[in-house]
Amino acid sequence: MTGIGEFAISGLICLGAFFLFVGSLGLAKLPDLMRRLHGPTKATTLGIGSMLIASMLYFLLERGSLSIHELLITTFLFLTAPVTALMVAKAYILCDKKSRKQLPPTGRKSGWAVIDGPQAEGPAQD
Amino acid sequence: MIAFACTVAIFAIGAAMLLNLYRLLVGPDTPTRVLALDTLVINAIALVVLIGIYYGTEIYFEAALLFAMVGFLTTVAYCKYILRGNVME
Repeated sequence: MTGIGEFAISGLICLGAFFLFVGSLGLAKLPDLMRRLHGPTKATTLGIGSMLIASMLYFLLERGSLSIHELLITTFLFLTAPVTALMVAKAYILCDKKSRKQLPPTGRKSGWAVIDGPQAEGPAQD
Repeated sequence: MIAFACTVAIFAIGAAMLLNLYRLLVGPDTPTRVLALDTLVINAIALVVLIGIYYGTEIYFEAALLFAMVGFLTTVAYCKYILRGNVME
């Protein structure tokens, strides 16, 4: 393996570990859940993407075979991280009764769907 | 050089998992605990991939993929349970 490839793989591994640690530190240190969501959804996703790119590069340079398992895992994690963040935020809005007064208005006739439930929008349908 | 980077990264991810475990045990409300569990699963995936690089085998990728799928499903099921009081309706 060439020296440049080895250097690049080591750098990507260290970058990924750094961002994973920063994401977990944000989860442990920030004061409430809406702020804690930033760490795991952004920094941790970036870290694991970097780690999987390092793994793909390693098997490409070491074995000479392109493995697409990592792309599969990366795509899956990048698709599911926003869905997870949305579900956790919705659960937090439902659970935390103190912060309900701070919610901004929706700008529509019905309120927040998590609290009030779905209501009919626009002209009535029959 | 790659082995040294893997060792450093394994220690960093171990520290990150300890922080997640702290938030999982201390966390004041249930959604925080769900988020900590999800982050713990993502860190576990990173650890599995790193072990695959360290030993130079490709057999750990299926484990990482299964971890990703099961972690997402458990998070969504927990949130669904908090939101609706039921998982399957």
